[in-house]
Amino acid sequence: MSNLKSRIYKDNLFLFLVVLFAICSIVPLIFILYYLTRQGISSINWHFLVNLPRPVGEKGGGISNALVGTFILVLLASVFSIPIGIGTGIYLSEYGKSRLAGVIRFCAETLQGVPSIVVGIVAYLWVVKPMGGFSALSGGIALGIMMLPLIVKSTEETLKLIPHSLKEASLSLGVSYSRTILKVILPAGLSGILNGVLIGIARIVGETAPLLFTAFGNQYMNINILKPIDSLPLLIYRYATSPYPEWHKLAWGGSFILITLVLLINVITKGITKKWKVLS
Amino acid sequence: MHYRNPVREIYTDKGFRTALFLSGWIVLIIVVGIFVTLILNSLPSIKAFGWRFFVGKEWNPVLESYGALPFVLGTLLTSLIALLISIPFSFALSILLGEFYKKGILSSLLNTTIELLSGIPSIIYGFWGLFVLVPIVRTFEIKTDLPPYGVGIFTASIILAIMIIPYSASLGREVISLVPAEIKEAAYSLGATRFEVVRYIIIPYARSGIFAGFLLSLGRALGETMAVTMVVGNANTFPEGIFSPGNTMASLIANEFTEATGNLYLSALIEIGLVLFIITTILNVFGRIVIKKTGFEGGNQ
Repeated sequence: MSNLKSRIYKDNLFLFLVVLFAICSIVPLIFILYYLTRQGISSINWHFLVNLPRPVGEKGGGISNALVGTFILVLLASVFSIPIGIGTGIYLSEYGKSRLAGVIRFCAETLQGVPSIVVGIVAYLWVVKPMGGFSALSGGIALGIMMLPLIVKSTEETLKLIPHSLKEASLSLGVSYSRTILKVILPAGLSGILNGVLIGIARIVGETAPLLFTAFGNQYMNINILKPIDSLPLLIYRYATSPYPEWHKLAWGGSFILITLVLLINVITKGITKKWKVLS
Repeated sequence: MHYRNPVREIYTDKGFRTALFLSGWIVLIIVVGIFVTLILNSLPSIKAFGWRFFVGKEWNPVLESYGALPFVLGTLLTSLIALLISIPFSFALSILLGEFYKKGILSSLLNTTIELLSGIPSIIYGFWGLFVLVPIVRTFEIKTDLPPYGVGIFTASIILAIMIIPYSASLGREVISLVPAEIKEAAYSLGATRFEVVRYIIIPYARSGIFAGFLLSLGRALGETMAVTMVVGNANTFPEGIFSPGNTMASLIANEFTEATGNLYLSALIEIGLVLFIITTILNVFGRIVIKKTGFEGGNQ
């Protein structure tokens, strides 16, 4: 090795560079949050939340249709993906060593990597085309497909951590298998599963690409799941790419609400993990 | 405790097991279904163009002539440049959080940053990029005598880089913190500096894991749609340089899918989706295999 001074010099330089680059990566976050807050917060008031978007030139438009739409889409996605996701998760943790389970696990991992736009295409071909029109239902299914692998994974990993003795104790008392899983194992792993569901919701609530040709967007209030529906990200996309400053303001406001929503879900997730850290 | 009919219990158990089994099958069917649906629906385009689809430079819905080369190139350029930009930052974050400062104010600040950055939806990155980053790039282009588009391949790459830094940094952090303490301690006890431990112990040991992290990040960048669509310029022409507007495979689909009239047009777009699906799946599978081999499981947050 070369002499000590140059080695120490190199070491300090390296440490400096590492810290410098690491701190630099905070800059974009501050930048983004700063702009969102500055531009977004001024357009947010009660009317913004309860009114419909207004045409260019009229003041006081709101985003109520998108808020309702996002809620409906998330609800549809959850209805579809939570039962299947938890079921698959239980299957993988119970019969994890079989070949079929290996294939299913591989599929869930693959599904997680599928680009969201491709999920949109598939939901279009599966639901929109046969039903003859864009609908909230197709958007919910697209989002559900995106949420599914996250729930499968968190359920499987949580249940794997639960001690075998718990299950054996229940079975040895004569409790049936389904009752053991539903009443003993699942409640013990509830926090982990809930965590996965919330992470899934946080992921899909901001998704735009799979909704472009499924839920499609809607300027008006709609609660019929067979009709096109609006969502916050779709609204942001539509108004951000429009040439009108009034609409940009709506988009900034919408972005601020969306990011608040995502952060809120993250905070709740953390709270759950901390509070209910029973067995995982 | 009230009495339960054991026979009925057996049937419920059977039903329950079948339900578990079925939900597993649904996941399997969805994935296979995605693949099959994409192939079936891109058949008209595959038959009409064959391999010319990937070398054709022209995308012309009027003449029904579709070549995907500009978009393949646009996707590769944006993702690879993004990866290059992100490497120093994600590497620094991984080393810092995985080795130098595992605890403390700085690391909790940086961990929170990573978490927040990865939580921001892609549409917001795009919106912010369009209104904040594009003007900055445009000023830069005016100063350097480039055509002042503002939007373009380079702008898209910057946004993508910001989006993949948290992902590859958190993967890198896990991989680096898995390096056994004994060999690091052995090196320190021989008088190695921190830099030398990183250079001669950690990097060689975690090399394949770090590499897998890059693959998975690349897979992310390739499929990213909204943020790119908003800042890439959406020009369906051959990109002349990294500052000129271009288009990527994902953003082409996002822009034209709803307007696609005619079966061949739609089928060509679906074929692009199929290619995207295959490439990202290969990258993901390969990356996961490498990561599993290094003994680190669960690289997806």
